[in-house]
Amino acid sequence: MSSNMKYWHPYISPFDPCPPVRVKRYNTPPNLYMGFQPYGLEQFSPREALHRGTLWPALFSPYESPVEANMKKGMRE
Amino acid sequence: MWYYEKKLQYPVKVSTCNPTLAKFLIEQYGGADGELAAALRYLNQRYTIPDRVIGLLTDIGTEEFAHLEMIATMVYKLTKDATAEQMKAAGLGGHYANHDKALFYHNAAGSPWTATYIQAKGDPIADLYEDIAAEEKARATYQWIINMSDDPDLNDGLKFLREREVVHSQRFREAVEILKEEQGKKKFF
Repeated sequence: MSSNMKYWHPYISPFDPCPPVRVKRYNTPPNLYMGFQPYGLEQFSPREALHRGTLWPALFSPYESPVEANMKKGMRE
Repeated sequence: MWYYEKKLQYPVKVSTCNPTLAKFLIEQYGGADGELAAALRYLNQRYTIPDRVIGLLTDIGTEEFAHLEMIATMVYKLTKDATAEQMKAAGLGGHYANHDKALFYHNAAGSPWTATYIQAKGDPIADLYEDIAAEEKARATYQWIINMSDDPDLNDGLKFLREREVVHSQRFREAVEILKEEQGKKKFF
């Protein structure tokens, strides 16, 4: 299963004017990997599909802002 | 920074006097999918793309300037000896009124180049897909120009440029594959 988000470490210069962001991220949603969609994929219930925007879990791409992601992390810790 | 080599990437030969072709070629000079738009698009996007593909954007963006020079040479050769009357007959009367024989960054219909032709979304996948689309559109444009040209020497240069679009598209597609690789995912233990 492909990961929805990739993280990378940009070059940090010793002369950067601002505190560095050490990890940057970008989104790689599942449609990038699927090719032609196979038949017979597992399905959400109709109600859940309407909520999520897709009938298939394999195409569902969760997205949360960095702020939301940090809040979750804070709650875990 | 750049070093400049005072020669063209591929020789440009124009054997028939046909200023009308210059009107069409200018699309690749200052058009939406032209070489100027391509160079500026890639050299600008490269700052915020993951570092594994920065070099690709630098190299291709630089090559686009080499292509821009080739197009400029073609347009110049086709128009430099034309009279005002010939410019007018070639559909370049508007260009002549505004610019004489000077080249200018506009498309085949005369609309000036604008930064709205290019994009920088900051999302690496979105930017690379735009770049792939731009290469395919430039390839198509070269085909349409070749279709309208009956100068075999000019077409030789245009076919070289068309092939470079094919290769660039392939390299951008490979860049997407690199960014899709799982080595960059957050690891949980």
